[in-house]
Amino acid sequence: MTSLLEVAEVSKFFPVGGAPGAWRRLKRRLTGGVEKLAKVHAVDGVSFVIKEGETVGLVGESGCGKSTLVRALTRLIDIGDGHIKLGAREVSLKPARVFARDRDRAKIQMVFQDAGDSINPRFTAFEAIADPLRRLRKLKGKALRQRVETVASQCGLPLQLLARFSHQLSGGQRARVGIARAIAVEPDLLILDEPTAALDVSVQVVILKLLQRLKQELGMSYLFVSHDLSVVKLLCDRVLVMYLGKIVESGPAVEVFEHPLHPYTQALVTAAPRLHESANKRLRLVGEPRSPIDPDPNVCRFYGRCPRGTDACRTTMPQLRSFGQRHVACHFAEEFLPI
Amino acid sequence: MTDLAVTSPHEWNPGALYRQVRYVLGENPITLIAFILFVLIVLAAVFGPHLVPYDPLASNTAEALRPPSAHHWFGTDQLGRDIFSRVVVATRLDFLIAITSVALVFLMGGLAGVAAGFFGGWTDRIVGRIADTIMAFPLFVLAMGIVAALGNTVQNIVIATAIVNFPLYARIARAEASVRREAGFVEAARLSGNSDWRILTFQILPNVLPILVVQMSLTMGYAILNAAGLSFIGLGVRPPTPEWGIMVAEGAQFMVSGEWWNATFPGAALMLAVFCFNLLGDGLRDMIDPRRRT
Amino acid sequence: MTSSVLSVEGLSVEFRTRSGIVHALENVSFTVSKGETVALVGESGSGKSVTAYAVMGILDPVARVTVGRIVFDGVDLLAAKRSDLAAIRGRAIAMIFQNPRTALNPIRPVGKQIGDMLIRHGKAPRRNVPEQAVEMLRAVGITDPARRAQAYPFEMSGGMCQRVMIAIALAAKPSLLIADEPTTGLDVTTQAVIMDLIKDLAGKMGMATIFITHDLALAGQRSDRVVVMHAGHVVETAPTAKLLAHPRHPYTAELIAATPDSAQNLEELAAIAGSLPDLRRTDLPPCRYSERCSRKIAACDQPLPQAFLGASHLVTCWNPLPSENASGTRVSAA
Repeated sequence: MTSLLEVAEVSKFFPVGGAPGAWRRLKRRLTGGVEKLAKVHAVDGVSFVIKEGETVGLVGESGCGKSTLVRALTRLIDIGDGHIKLGAREVSLKPARVFARDRDRAKIQMVFQDAGDSINPRFTAFEAIADPLRRLRKLKGKALRQRVETVASQCGLPLQLLARFSHQLSGGQRARVGIARAIAVEPDLLILDEPTAALDVSVQVVILKLLQRLKQELGMSYLFVSHDLSVVKLLCDRVLVMYLGKIVESGPAVEVFEHPLHPYTQALVTAAPRLHESANKRLRLVGEPRSPIDPDPNVCRFYGRCPRGTDACRTTMPQLRSFGQRHVACHFAEEFLPI
Repeated sequence: MTDLAVTSPHEWNPGALYRQVRYVLGENPITLIAFILFVLIVLAAVFGPHLVPYDPLASNTAEALRPPSAHHWFGTDQLGRDIFSRVVVATRLDFLIAITSVALVFLMGGLAGVAAGFFGGWTDRIVGRIADTIMAFPLFVLAMGIVAALGNTVQNIVIATAIVNFPLYARIARAEASVRREAGFVEAARLSGNSDWRILTFQILPNVLPILVVQMSLTMGYAILNAAGLSFIGLGVRPPTPEWGIMVAEGAQFMVSGEWWNATFPGAALMLAVFCFNLLGDGLRDMIDPRRRT
Repeated sequence: MTSSVLSVEGLSVEFRTRSGIVHALENVSFTVSKGETVALVGESGSGKSVTAYAVMGILDPVARVTVGRIVFDGVDLLAAKRSDLAAIRGRAIAMIFQNPRTALNPIRPVGKQIGDMLIRHGKAPRRNVPEQAVEMLRAVGITDPARRAQAYPFEMSGGMCQRVMIAIALAAKPSLLIADEPTTGLDVTTQAVIMDLIKDLAGKMGMATIFITHDLALAGQRSDRVVVMHAGHVVETAPTAKLLAHPRHPYTAELIAATPDSAQNLEELAAIAGSLPDLRRTDLPPCRYSERCSRKIAACDQPLPQAFLGASHLVTCWNPLPSENASGTRVSAA
């Protein structure tokens, strides 16, 4: 499999309290000083690859940087450092402001978590799906209508629902509209941000199967962001675990969940409710997460919350190390390797 | 939930629109009354001048200050002019003032506000400062000042009303736009290849419209009152042009001596018009906002 | 029956809406014993929240209880006087909601919100209230409680807000806590901590808990008994382990089969056939699952039976799944 998306040392920091206003910028320029701003390290040196036809999962708790990373990958925001390559082209070079008119815009698309919020309340389902086709594929009239109907059928959306507004559709139907819109322009990479989080269990099954089928039919790659580990395990080939802006573990999904190597992954996996297991044996995390504001580059991000905390954790930032197909950023990863 | 007709989904559907209008009107009897009143006002404005029994400008001092009778339904004023004819003919002028003021302030204030809310930064600052400057003055005093400076014409009354209402529209539009700036559908629109300007025009503006429409109907009432107020103090329309405000002004002095009909009928017309526009606002919002549609 | 804290008997609720009468609940019955944790499980539209709201007495004004009793500690809440209810609601029965940040008053510091509760239910003399509020924050595991008591909800994380809500709910030392999807929207690790906290405090206070969720796995791990609801009916009630291992109602089995955790791969995961019936219909069949059910038989057009399988396993079905041992007793009482 060739690599479709290559993310290398991507970082995105946000100034605390918003970007400096006009006065502050002026003041800085006048005093000639480099007034140091406190920054939130939302994404810090993240690197990974998504191959063609692969489904990669991304898990992590709120505040870990997944939404920032996702926005950067869909080119809705610019990154501070590093680069993002789609195929041979470095897409991170073009500013997010103008990327909407880029020729590769259609290649990366997204399905949003809240389908209702992601559809303009004044647009019908038809108009919502037609919008990217009009803008990116320049379709009109009959050709447009045919394409919208084809895509809607592919997503299991009955054609008479196309005239409805989003508030007239059920949760599952709205999810289908969101998916139809995203795949209408035949993207190479589809990012799914918790697409089934708001859906009932039975609807979730149908949508997950639909996503699987579409992936095979259209030959896309998926980045599947979710906090539901059991769903990630079913759908994803590989999984990335993020914590406070860094990737702490990655590898084949089943292996990572069955033999997690990083203590955070272990905590996640044992905390996730399982149908046929009791709740007793979970790895308890102590303390509060570290602050993401100007973190010490030498201290492991998980230090302080991890059940283990040694001097090594405090003085050297663990790097992502490879063990076959698995990568872990922990000084003690070897202890947990399956024999 | 009633289904919209199953024609080609993106064609305009007059059947559904008609049903929608009937539904809203049927739901609330007050909206229906306001709507009927509105139609009457429009009819009076359009056809009034052709249908009135007397020439509104023709004075007949022999018939001055007659109380309401079979010949003169609303009586006559101090120059013998038929008040009924004047009240009906005045509808056209007052209605026109209302409509043009509202259209002007919607364009200026609405667009400025939406741009300020969506883009933020310098656009927001400039629009904000303009609005602040306008709001620093008592509104009626400002209107007076503008008309006094530019002259007593209908255009200037319209301009003054529009300027005075600018901050309100700008503020409403800005609030709505800045809330929606973060919405999922705006990001989805970016992913679909929409530039910022397209998003502003086709995604955000249609969502801001319903709220502004309600405000517009309230402003229509205010515009008429504003014109009437300005006329009352002599800064509005000049005599002998029939206009409700100036008629109330001229008629007020006769209230004490018992000729109540001079001021009362134009005053009642004013009141009904403002009442009608206010009630219509709610009905209009129901019609436009798809979330209220079932 | 061991001391039951709450007994819902034959509860039926309907909502009068513009588009018709919604038969939200029909003949819902279950009991909660002292110190027990019962999970109320179902998909959206199953009526689980309506049931909880009915118990708390906070149903929407358009709702009407048509028949049934809600017996709490010997008192029928539906027939009680308003003055008696005020003593019970919030004091003896407490509730916590989904989305903690929006359930708290955004313009009032959290310490004061706990204090309001303490004052309302007369649990402490006024001058002791701030101190006791801080103690409650400490009891729910908030670090540096004295400082946090001055904080506003928007300054706190979702998990912390949920802890505050628990503190408020437990301020009056209730004997029953109803938790409506308390951890939806929280991270998995935070979820585990919150559920542990609830279990801990419930154990210490001898409090019974009803928690409502659509997550069967969560219900499986954290409850003693599960009540499965579908379209306003209770379809099955059983001790948790038994229900998950050997479900008797076809819907329960389908629900388990649709839970991602139960499958090894995506193909194994099974969607539930059909969809919820429209509860506004006047022609709803006696079994609201029958139109979707693969095990439907002729008898399913009859009014539903209540089959008792063992002391606490109840299923309302004419054709339940066979039990693990062939000699499952089937006692039908219409």
